[in-house]
Amino acid sequence: MLPGVDATSPSARLPRPGGSLHRFANPGRFLRLTESWLPVLAVAAVLVLGWGAAWGLAYAPPDWQQGETVRIMFVHVPMAWLAMGGYAGLAILSVMSLIWRHPLADLTARELSPIGAAVTALCLITGSLWGRPMWGTWWVWDARLTSVLVLFFLWLGHAALVRAFDDPERGARMGAILALIGVVNLPIVKFSVDWWNTLHQPASLTRINAPGMHVDILYPLLVCAVGFSLAFAALVLAATRAAVMERRLRALQMAAARRAEVVG
Amino acid sequence: MTRKKRRLYILLLCAIGLGSATALTLTAFQDNLVFFRSPSDIAREAPPPGRAFRLGGLVEAGSVERGGATIRFRVTDGASTIPVTFTGVLPDLFREGQGVVAQGVMRPDGSFAAREVLARHDETYMPPEVADALKRSGHWNPAQGAPPPAASWNTLTPERRSGS
Repeated sequence: MLPGVDATSPSARLPRPGGSLHRFANPGRFLRLTESWLPVLAVAAVLVLGWGAAWGLAYAPPDWQQGETVRIMFVHVPMAWLAMGGYAGLAILSVMSLIWRHPLADLTARELSPIGAAVTALCLITGSLWGRPMWGTWWVWDARLTSVLVLFFLWLGHAALVRAFDDPERGARMGAILALIGVVNLPIVKFSVDWWNTLHQPASLTRINAPGMHVDILYPLLVCAVGFSLAFAALVLAATRAAVMERRLRALQMAAARRAEVVG
Repeated sequence: MTRKKRRLYILLLCAIGLGSATALTLTAFQDNLVFFRSPSDIAREAPPPGRAFRLGGLVEAGSVERGGATIRFRVTDGASTIPVTFTGVLPDLFREGQGVVAQGVMRPDGSFAAREVLARHDETYMPPEVADALKRSGHWNPAQGAPPPAASWNTLTPERRSGS
């Protein structure tokens, strides 16, 4: 993902789409390279998600005290992981955007944030649906739930901010700054259940060798997490490819219009 | 120094500043960020009478008494215990040994009048057969609190009893 070695060429300092010599920043190269990835990712996502859903919903045992309700976990936990992992990805893209002025990082960040917001919303919704029968409430303002709600607003804010400027480069810069300020929220989400007492229980998977979860529940959860991650990656890749092509199309139309002006 | 290096250093400086500001703020608001207070916290520093707060802990084994619509039980954290009365619908997970968070006020007699009781379950998940096997073998009594260390049961495969 890191850009190539070129750091001295003056052209790299200018944020020109397609003009940069960064390896992945070349949109044509990016489109060619990822053309074969997308169907592979999509098919893998469907297969793994199907496997995980069948295992989790039909074959995994219920929990001894939560009963069948525990199956909400097979959606809730992967969504929570993706909300945070995706945000870490957004932060890396923002660093690439601010330091190296990587145009493809801007485009990917722009396409990533609505998907990240959707995933975080699903995490909150499934958590609420789970909390009502188990805890006895849809929502409480404890540190974990509140910090995830803040994460959702950060995703939404980024999605809105990068689209709020007429100059997309300026929007991307502002979005990157917002995303990096929001990074302080990630450790708060993760450690809120350890630093303060909360209604939400602490993490079950703290140590690799002794997860607080029986393997009959853990393994389908991990399969679901891989499946959702593949689907997430496929969605982001498809959206980014579409954005690159859209941008190319716009550039071609502008060039055609200029030519027409010159001829006329 | 190249522009990229300078941007990197500015970013790192901002990160350090923002990180320490956040850490200081969170430390300063430590007391307001906790969702509930334990019986020991209350024993150490009783809240002013009539002031609503949340009390959290485990439902003490053998303490639940149901008399009509009102239920009495004791909330403990091992060191201190506070008696609680509650009138209303309890969550399904409420039982002896379960974590609960109750919102309400202290009465003059030292008991806690709860307006709302929420269940707080622990971070372990196990199939019913495994829980039964642990209970049968005497390794765990759910009314006494948390299950034994996960390494002792998370790969356990007891005989699945048919017909249940």
